[in-house]
Amino acid sequence: MSVDQATVRRIARLARIAVKNEELPHLQGEINAILSFVEELGAVDVEGVEPMTSVIPMKLPMRPDVVTDGEIEQKVLANAPLAEDDFFLVPKVIE
Amino acid sequence: MNRRLACGLTDDPLTDLTHLTLAEARDALKARKVSSRELTQAHLDAMERARLLNAYIAETPDKALAMAAASDERLAKGEGGPLEGLPIGVKDLYATEGVHTQACSHILDKFRPTYESTVTAHLWRDGAVMLGKLNMDEFAMGSSNETSYYGPVASPWLPPNWSEEKARAALKGDKRGLLVPGGSSGGSAAAVAAHLCLAATASDTGGSIRQPAAFTGTVGIKPTYGRCSRYGMVAFASSLDQAGPIARTVRDAAIMLGSMAGPDPKDSTCFNGPAPDYEAAVGRSVKGRVIGVPKEYRLDGMNPEIETLWAQGVEWLRDAGARIVDISLPNTRHALPAYYIVAPAEASSNLARYDGVRYGLREPGKDIVELYEKTRAAGFGPEVRRRVMIGTYVLSAGYYDAYYVRAQKIRTLIKRDFERAFADGVDAILTPATPSAAFGIGEKGSADPVEMYLNDVFTVTVNMAGLPGLAAPAGLTEQGLPLGLQLIGRPFDEETLFSLGEAIEQAAGRMKLPEPWWACGAVAAVGDRGHNANRSEDFDDGAG
Repeated sequence: MSVDQATVRRIARLARIAVKNEELPHLQGEINAILSFVEELGAVDVEGVEPMTSVIPMKLPMRPDVVTDGEIEQKVLANAPLAEDDFFLVPKVIE
Repeated sequence: MNRRLACGLTDDPLTDLTHLTLAEARDALKARKVSSRELTQAHLDAMERARLLNAYIAETPDKALAMAAASDERLAKGEGGPLEGLPIGVKDLYATEGVHTQACSHILDKFRPTYESTVTAHLWRDGAVMLGKLNMDEFAMGSSNETSYYGPVASPWLPPNWSEEKARAALKGDKRGLLVPGGSSGGSAAAVAAHLCLAATASDTGGSIRQPAAFTGTVGIKPTYGRCSRYGMVAFASSLDQAGPIARTVRDAAIMLGSMAGPDPKDSTCFNGPAPDYEAAVGRSVKGRVIGVPKEYRLDGMNPEIETLWAQGVEWLRDAGARIVDISLPNTRHALPAYYIVAPAEASSNLARYDGVRYGLREPGKDIVELYEKTRAAGFGPEVRRRVMIGTYVLSAGYYDAYYVRAQKIRTLIKRDFERAFADGVDAILTPATPSAAFGIGEKGSADPVEMYLNDVFTVTVNMAGLPGLAAPAGLTEQGLPLGLQLIGRPFDEETLFSLGEAIEQAAGRMKLPEPWWACGAVAAVGDRGHNANRSEDFDDGAG
């Protein structure tokens, strides 16, 4: 399977990465090289095989449903590129 | 003139404190033959002389000396943990409170965690001293440390037939032609091999501990998935990522892992049981242990030097009393392609968090989507962008079953191969660690990314099956470059790997690491940080 440039553009949009038009052919080539590398997997017989969900079988631990932290607004915001009061700032989302 | 003296070193190994092993340094500290302050200062001096190797991307001398002073106080009172006063390096992947933590990506620009990773917290609990943060491939995506935002790391091993002068000149330039230390834990491996720390933390998603260890003549272990907590490690592929150490001896690696491992309520995939005394396994007899040799690792057109090394490893373990059996792991060849679906898929999901809003880099946009797209375009390097896009594609509607689900089924088949071998009585599996010795900076992967991916052909199966894998130095190529062997163990049986690894170490003899050819040339350059435009702003101390 290989991708065309329209698909590369759609992937970039889904991944939220801005891609310039002149970068498309190069990216297309790289993505197709990787897709051709993984193509052989299509021939493997996986009939009746369960997909792996946990590499080491272990029971997920449970803990009491209680609040264990909070009131750390300053820590949460410490690395924000733009913040005001107790909020992250973003461009206007709703008109 | 004696070059070593000119570098401020002496020929007496006892006075060159950076040449102690971690275990020797620990014993010297306990016996009060040396102070942590002296030991730490010796490493800080060596780091300063080695800056052009680019192994450290942030040095924390103030923090190191304060931690060393506190250790000396505890040691004076006869107190202290198992790593008390021992200076180590930390891969930039680990969150260290208040200190540069970017997984060597531009998108985490100026990020200073307000919390500490569990693995580093364990090390500090046990008394270790932090020297600084180590270079790595961006988000651990790479096999040569060339994808780092902070530039490549030069291996302390000289390229074949290069003079020291030629290497020093290259070090001051773009480093092309010098050897890569491997990756993604290239800074960790180079720093350990160049005696810039006693040991280092590293991490392994497809071979990122074992391949750089093999390339630099050091020891690295990726423990069983779940052996170490992933809390506070910058995530790449969550079902494959695992913490581990790189050190100069098998014993040192065992001591490090003993501290790093252990349960953690903050990581629900972390094994809920105490770590065994790994050091006690070093030196234990391997008599009667059953070693599997998988025929599928004998690749077409395999490098004859690798083949010879592998056969030598088999002989060494046989001489040590182990029983060698031929085994088959028929799905081996599917592991690397399946990995290049699973790992990018998980990466595209994990890296969705870098949005320019909550931390790190932010490029302004006219609306929120443009802010995301511009930030991520500016913040991710080419390899990371490539993998995020592949991952996005294989998870997208209509392709999820054909790619991702199929790859996870193949993963089940790969794991079954190993389970069958272990059920037949195999205690551990011996393979080469890498398909070749270290290559040159700028030599691979520029035309076709898959060329670089092939480095992980022997290591990636272990991550896909969640098993422990240890790389131990086993010899040199004809041209004098180190090669490693890999031991693969049963789940949570790292102890057997340490016993067998030490048997190989004993038979092969301790790897003789390179003399500091880089040091003298670097002295004049200290203070000149312009050689690396991306160098962390606060190179002196990340504490802020």
